[in-house]
Amino acid sequence: MAIWLTKDSKVIVQGMTGSEGSKHTRRMLAAGTNVVGGVNPRKAGQSVDFDGTALPVFASVADAMKETGADVTVIFVPPQFTKGAVIEAIDAGIELAVVITEGVPVHDTAAFWAYNVAKGERTRIIGPNCPGIASPGASNAGIIPADITGSGRIGLVSKSGTLTYQMMYELRDIGFSTCVGIGGDPIIGTTHIDALAAFEADPDTDAIVMIGEIGGDAEERAAEFIKANVTKPVVGYIAGFTAPPGKTMGHAGAIISGSAGTADAKKAALEAVGVKVGKTPTETARLMREIMSAS
Amino acid sequence: MDLYEYQGRDLFERHGLPVLAGGVATTPEEARAIAERLGGRVVVKAQVKVGGRGKAGGVKLAEGAEETVARATDILGMDIKGHTVHKVMITVTADVAEEYYFSYLLDRANRTFLCIASVAGGMDIEQVAAETPEKVVKAPIDAVKGVDEAKAREIVTAAGFPAEVADQVVEVAVGLWQAFVAEDATLVEVNPLAKTRDGKLLLLDAKVSLDENAAFRHPDHEGLVDQAAVDPLEQAAKEKDLNYVKLDGEVGIIGNGAGLVMSTLDVVAYAGERHGNVKPANFLDIGGGASAAVMANGLEIVLTDPSVRSVFVNVFGGITACDEVANGIVQALALLEQRGEKVTKPLVVRLDGNKAEAGRAILDGANNPLIERVDTMDGAAERAAELAAAGV
Repeated sequence: MAIWLTKDSKVIVQGMTGSEGSKHTRRMLAAGTNVVGGVNPRKAGQSVDFDGTALPVFASVADAMKETGADVTVIFVPPQFTKGAVIEAIDAGIELAVVITEGVPVHDTAAFWAYNVAKGERTRIIGPNCPGIASPGASNAGIIPADITGSGRIGLVSKSGTLTYQMMYELRDIGFSTCVGIGGDPIIGTTHIDALAAFEADPDTDAIVMIGEIGGDAEERAAEFIKANVTKPVVGYIAGFTAPPGKTMGHAGAIISGSAGTADAKKAALEAVGVKVGKTPTETARLMREIMSAS
Repeated sequence: MDLYEYQGRDLFERHGLPVLAGGVATTPEEARAIAERLGGRVVVKAQVKVGGRGKAGGVKLAEGAEETVARATDILGMDIKGHTVHKVMITVTADVAEEYYFSYLLDRANRTFLCIASVAGGMDIEQVAAETPEKVVKAPIDAVKGVDEAKAREIVTAAGFPAEVADQVVEVAVGLWQAFVAEDATLVEVNPLAKTRDGKLLLLDAKVSLDENAAFRHPDHEGLVDQAAVDPLEQAAKEKDLNYVKLDGEVGIIGNGAGLVMSTLDVVAYAGERHGNVKPANFLDIGGGASAAVMANGLEIVLTDPSVRSVFVNVFGGITACDEVANGIVQALALLEQRGEKVTKPLVVRLDGNKAEAGRAILDGANNPLIERVDTMDGAAERAAELAAAGV
């Protein structure tokens, strides 16, 4: 078991025929993901060969779901088309939409999120601007490298892609149930709190690593949630202690505004509820290692 | 991207919102022309992206062209909290009876937009909210439904705007929302939103931030960038599509992925505490799947920064292949050498993940005494800080 993505997940790719989409479809297949098709209205009816696996292209997400029973979509379409692609996935009622695209205007993300809420949040949205979700050994939806670590009993949720990979690498001998990259944009579909709740409920996860960064107050709210709802041990890491205020550090959401969003405030909030926070990724991994060897 | 007040005023005007007539000047002579056009009494305001300019003497009244020239001469070139004034905005004056507050902004926590409105304007809204929270209305805005007349009236009623201006505030609230959406703004703040003695509503200040992710549908926004204020290294990096932020330390940083680079800055700063207090000189994210050429461009930018004394290349290859990164490093050094630019700054490189073995072999094979390979991120940060401190 794992959260949100299992070996039974049937995955389609919106934007499969584009360069990023086709590159990562190939990688997802190689990782053992059950990719069942792609969506591109202009190429509907064709099929694309990925090293011997022929994947059908459908006109819409709804068609793909009807024909294949897909329950997960991974979205690689360019920013100007992302809002439309996500709304199409929501309308089709797919369970999970993983939005990899970077550079989506925040008004578009706010709009598709509001649309999803109006539809009763039938669709879990991860991202945008995220590396996706991987349940090592079972399935991989997105661009997280599949060969860093095997399956194990740590759950990982992170705003950052490469810090996700770094942490998976540091703890590769222990392994992970599921790693979720929620993305670094100001508005995201799945939050730290959503992942913490799912890991708390997952019988195959024993402990959780939570990686945050400057900007917003998601980590502070996660700390409150942990205090009230999480019984499993949580180890935290925050990036951006030395970032200057008012400058966007790569991720659109990584900006300290006035006194809000600093790494110090996030660390303090997490430590106040008993979460151990590492000073560096390596120290964070060591803290998790101590927890896993004690249990 | 944060706009100057005059750019925000222009934006409001383009969207049909009531603002004061005015113009922007970079020289006293331009100020004279504006004053002559406007006639009578004007206000001269320093254009800086920082608060407290009034207290710093950056806002002055002037009567007629001569006085306007004198005030503009005083204010242009003034330093306000480390910001040099290069432009002044000159507008006619308003006879203000009451000051209100109105804004739309991004509400990250609730994944939507927020309207903040108050009849207590003209002062710091955070202070008003802290001292008299009952005077501040915060209304979530549905990103799909937006702000129509009914929604605007709901906000205006909740905030307790006086009956005689209610209709005008509703109109401004709807218009401002339309501007907020049309321009892909993440903030439009009007403080004060003023009522004049003859009962007219005016937007007397403009604080606007625009979403850079939406630049593809706003070709005109490019023209709002203040080229003079852009750091030359940041400009050079931008031209090469690199995500670079200049900082004020000595250790050049190159990494892949925003989170890992931010983390690298921290780890280097901690190591610096043990080595002469050296700090990161920059943030540079070469992004996912970077080629050798991208790596070489990045290294070139970092090496041209005169304050850099050592460079730390920290890559965890996910999509990025470490052999490409290593080739980029070797190519950049060769290129600079060919141009006759002697590279003397040491490079500490840590490569893990995709094709790490191949990458390390390329670096070792290059046999360049400037390149030092370290196996761990913490160890490499320590070494880079040590080298920067020694290079003082």
